Amino acid sequence: MTGNSILRIRYSKLGKIRFTSHRDVARIWERTLRRVGIPVVFSEGFSPRPRLGFGLALPTGYESAGEYLDIIASPSSEGDGMFDGVGYASGRRFDVDQLPDLLSRALPEGIDVQAVEVLTTRGESLQEQVVRCGWAFEIAGLDPHLARERVKEVLDLLSLPTTREHKGAVRTDDLRPAITRLVVVGPGDWGTWLEADLSAKPRVVRPSELVQVLAPDGELVHARRTHQWKEQAGAHQEPISCDATLAPHAMVRVL
Amino acid sequence: MSALWTRLEPLLLRVQKPARYVGGEDGMASPQHAPGKVAWLIVYPDTYEIGLPNQGIQILAEILNERDDAVAERSYTPWPDMAAQLRTAGIPLFSIETHRAADEFDVVGFNLATELIYTNVLETLDLAGIPIHAAQRDDDHPVVVVGGHASYNPEPMADFVDVFALGDGEELVGDITEVVSQWKASGKPKGSRRQLLRELAKVQGCYVPSLYDVTYDGDDIISIEPNAPEAPDLVQKRTVADLADWPYPKNQLVPLTEVVHDRLNVEIFRGCTRGCRFCQAGMITRPVRERPAEQVRTMIGEGLARTGYGEVALTSLSTADFSGIEQVVQGIVDDPATCGQTSISLPSLRVDTFTVGLAAKVANARRSGLTFAPEAGTWRMRQIINKLVLDEDLYGAVESAYSQGWPRMKLYFLTGLPSEMDEDTLGIYELAQNCVELGRKYNKKASVTVSLGGFVPKAHTPFQWFGQNSAQELGRKIGLLRDASRRNNRVNLKWHDPKASTIDGLVSRGDRRLGRVVERVWRSGGVFQEWGEYFDYDLWVQSCEAEGISIEHVVTRHRHEDEVLPWQHIHAGLHADFLWQDWQDALDGHGIPDCRWTPCYDCGACTEYGVEHIVASPVPPAGGSQGTGQDTSPDVLVPVVVPDLGATT
Repeated sequence: MTGNSILRIRYSKLGKIRFTSHRDVARIWERTLRRVGIPVVFSEGFSPRPRLGFGLALPTGYESAGEYLDIIASPSSEGDGMFDGVGYASGRRFDVDQLPDLLSRALPEGIDVQAVEVLTTRGESLQEQVVRCGWAFEIAGLDPHLARERVKEVLDLLSLPTTREHKGAVRTDDLRPAITRLVVVGPGDWGTWLEADLSAKPRVVRPSELVQVLAPDGELVHARRTHQWKEQAGAHQEPISCDATLAPHAMVRVL
Repeated sequence: MSALWTRLEPLLLRVQKPARYVGGEDGMASPQHAPGKVAWLIVYPDTYEIGLPNQGIQILAEILNERDDAVAERSYTPWPDMAAQLRTAGIPLFSIETHRAADEFDVVGFNLATELIYTNVLETLDLAGIPIHAAQRDDDHPVVVVGGHASYNPEPMADFVDVFALGDGEELVGDITEVVSQWKASGKPKGSRRQLLRELAKVQGCYVPSLYDVTYDGDDIISIEPNAPEAPDLVQKRTVADLADWPYPKNQLVPLTEVVHDRLNVEIFRGCTRGCRFCQAGMITRPVRERPAEQVRTMIGEGLARTGYGEVALTSLSTADFSGIEQVVQGIVDDPATCGQTSISLPSLRVDTFTVGLAAKVANARRSGLTFAPEAGTWRMRQIINKLVLDEDLYGAVESAYSQGWPRMKLYFLTGLPSEMDEDTLGIYELAQNCVELGRKYNKKASVTVSLGGFVPKAHTPFQWFGQNSAQELGRKIGLLRDASRRNNRVNLKWHDPKASTIDGLVSRGDRRLGRVVERVWRSGGVFQEWGEYFDYDLWVQSCEAEGISIEHVVTRHRHEDEVLPWQHIHAGLHADFLWQDWQDALDGHGIPDCRWTPCYDCGACTEYGVEHIVASPVPPAGGSQGTGQDTSPDVLVPVVVPDLGATT
């Protein structure tokens, strides 16, 4: 379909709502877009679905300061870049600048829209684009001093074979190349906070896998995605450009 | 945020579906607790996904939170993984809204919609740190109140419950609040709990089991007598006169996580007088009280706009019976605000062509399957149960549906009905087979799914005296149908576990002594018994043996007219002689008309309480014969045009 716009949205998922699943968040977005009256394009066929593109799934229980969503929406036929409200918002017109505020108010507590950008071409999907994620996490039962030693040991390794179960089969792969950054931040309420950049290709490596390596008896008590990165000309960039419409409150990134 | 939340947080990463425990629903109240307010914790004793959509709980919580003297929060039974975490960490059951400990509430109220969840009530009380036995609670413990349809035979739970609340709760929760409020204001002097219960017994609709003594002779009951002057001989239910006064829930909760019935639900009427003799809901919720159509429209419009739901269900016990149902449905379909994207769910539909016409209006694109409930395989059997659906009604409905593009029909039946013979059971297969043949005229892939349930005779129905079929007999009848349908791959048979029907009968039909069995099952780890993966038949049988309870005596024995039933002192409005007469009429194959459109036969539901039907249309809906015995006459216009009605034209 030509003439449709892609609204790329960056949003947070913080606090109690982190215990909802990826599917739950998708349903929350569908209801929210219907309430606000965004003219989302529907798929064709037997059972039309709103055309939404979600990024990499966030594990249930993890927080995020940088989630992404692509919404395929039909812009106003007047060609002024505005959007005409549908449903209960019929007669209303939206400017992209208004969207962060309108959406955040309709979304549940803990989900806030930080930025919206209108993409002119779809390009690769979010899931294809994102190669790496930044994480902050707390491991209970791990002392910060010990954590620093373990981190140094891990970073000094050339390879770090790990086994995991995937669809019933035990697989071994090397975790070491997936870790491009791993630092100890300091003590937390339960143990030690760390930060890491972990690759998302060919598969998404999660902080829980680092717990096995750093403190087999420890427990992951907090995990927060801080960034998602795409790669362009060898450099890391966020999937949203810096001139995206930022929500006023998003100028301070929650970290 | 209360102290419990920070202690709960680390546990939530260790359990399945942690969103069950966080609340945060759109529409959630922000309860303001205060010393002068009666704090209610309203619990649905099943998982969050099952319990959240429960309209009763949402209605009562809203009504209480609107009061100056009350505050209400909700809770659900934690799944076994979470229960284990809570016990290990020493954290009590908590409310969903503010994560406050259950024992900080004045009243803990349970909604019991079914009987198999009884052991979950004990589990939930125990997690709350409240003694499971009412007799062991003192002045500092919350008052344990139980409402819902299962409380019409309260006796199996009598040892564990302080007060049963019978009937519609809208007014009753306020009355209970006022009595508890006075008790709170008095400073709850030592030993005043029994006085509080005696005061509550004076409120119509409240049954306080500890104020009644039951005497037995062997397995039989000799008498059920009050032991306090405040306790009435016969406890009356409550009925709200007019649903228009109660447009609740005004803010239906929109959960953050997926639940059953995840849609806007609007109750369009309460009560049903079709008179199906197996149906407890139809007996205990009389009379019919329709919500004004205009209020229905407002609740739908505002509800969809507020929630963002793409689906609305118009709920009742027989939705096609609502006066002007077509106009309401057409209004939703035509509403420009919903862009034709709103799907409409019409649960509990009659078996006739009118219904199919209605379904055709709402199913704009996807026509996958339609569900009908003829309930029995032969006309003889359907006259006995007073489900007056002619074979022609079913065939007309089914053919009309197939001809309009639905490829699959789902048919609900009961087996183990009074006087059912094998030819009645096999009649189920015959009906299904004939439906498939009709369908094949329109669709080569036409199929029928038969869903078979074992009949459990419930309290306050004309069938309450009937001895339930044993699990073995139900199994034999299911076997007959399996054999009959084995070679026909167009007829798919599904059935409910007959052993679960036996235990359902046990906990539905038992007396006060059954509480010991419920307790023993719970102490042996039997929770979530309505979940197939947890249901443990052998545990129930062993517990009955250990407690000297005869399953035969409670479940499969026919009862006598003059015996004392365990629920004899509970009154749902229906005169005992009406129920007995209807039982005799059933055995003689006599039907009974729907009294909302025909003269009153004085069952008692209206006359006892000074209420009456509120029905906008003076005439029954056209298009079928079900329950009216009169609207098949040719001069009644069928307002919905459906092509080729086959046998019904």
